[in-house]
Amino acid sequence: MNNFSPFSALLGGALIGLAASIFLLAQGRIFGVSGILGGLLRRSADVHGLRLAVIGGLLAGGAVLRLVFPAAFQSSFTPSLLNALLAGLLVGVGTQLGNGCTSGHGVCGISRLSVRSMVATATFMLTGIVTVFLTRHVFGGAS
Amino acid sequence: MKSMVVNFAAGLLFAVGLGVAGMTNPSKVVGFLDVFGDWDASLAFVMVGGIAVYGILSRIFTKRAMPLFDTRFHLPSRKDIDLRLVLGAGIFGVGWALAGYCPGPGLVTAASGVASAGVFVISMALGMKVEHRLSQWWGARHPPSSA
Repeated sequence: MNNFSPFSALLGGALIGLAASIFLLAQGRIFGVSGILGGLLRRSADVHGLRLAVIGGLLAGGAVLRLVFPAAFQSSFTPSLLNALLAGLLVGVGTQLGNGCTSGHGVCGISRLSVRSMVATATFMLTGIVTVFLTRHVFGGAS
Repeated sequence: MKSMVVNFAAGLLFAVGLGVAGMTNPSKVVGFLDVFGDWDASLAFVMVGGIAVYGILSRIFTKRAMPLFDTRFHLPSRKDIDLRLVLGAGIFGVGWALAGYCPGPGLVTAASGVASAGVFVISMALGMKVEHRLSQWWGARHPPSSA
């Protein structure tokens, strides 16, 4: 295992859980980023402002991290622009079709003991693992 | 409005959590999925931390009659496992593994100025809109049969 960082991972996870909990207390909703962004794009009249605030906070958080903890973005792997384009499309389609992502299903859903979320999480982990296996070990070299 | 400040703060805290957790580092995400290679298990601990905190707090908070800024909770109630769920999750997993970004980290990293994350976010938004259109079309073609 390289760069194994269980403590910062645990702390980060706890902060994620805390943030999602605050949102739940405040608005009574699941902190699922794909759901919030999808709802924003649908321009659903209801709770549009709420979604803008959350997405705004995420973006502001990115700017804050850049200032105080730029190492968060350091990566030995940078996806090529084509890679990022394809990945974005798949993530966009998949999260809407599957009604969630790592935050909605993986953290919130599993915490609520939702079988739907457990199945969804297991599924995207599985296809993720297979994809990395194919790109890294079969077709060789990450782009 | 107070609620919007809280929602914004939740988003900001979530972003900081993602950064601390390593979710904004695509090589760490891919490393977690690289089970057959140089495996980095760190992200498993992200989920443990998240589920531990959310599991406890959500249980406490949902005992309330209502949230702070709404008159009722809006929680998913579906329990069925359908093809859309599995297919959607499957497709999402492929995309996640290709770039090492999922929606939250993609947005956060794009906001920090990383170009590839910016491309990811734009095409993710496009993909979402495509799915919305396709779903509408499919729904019109396959209306639920009247009971």
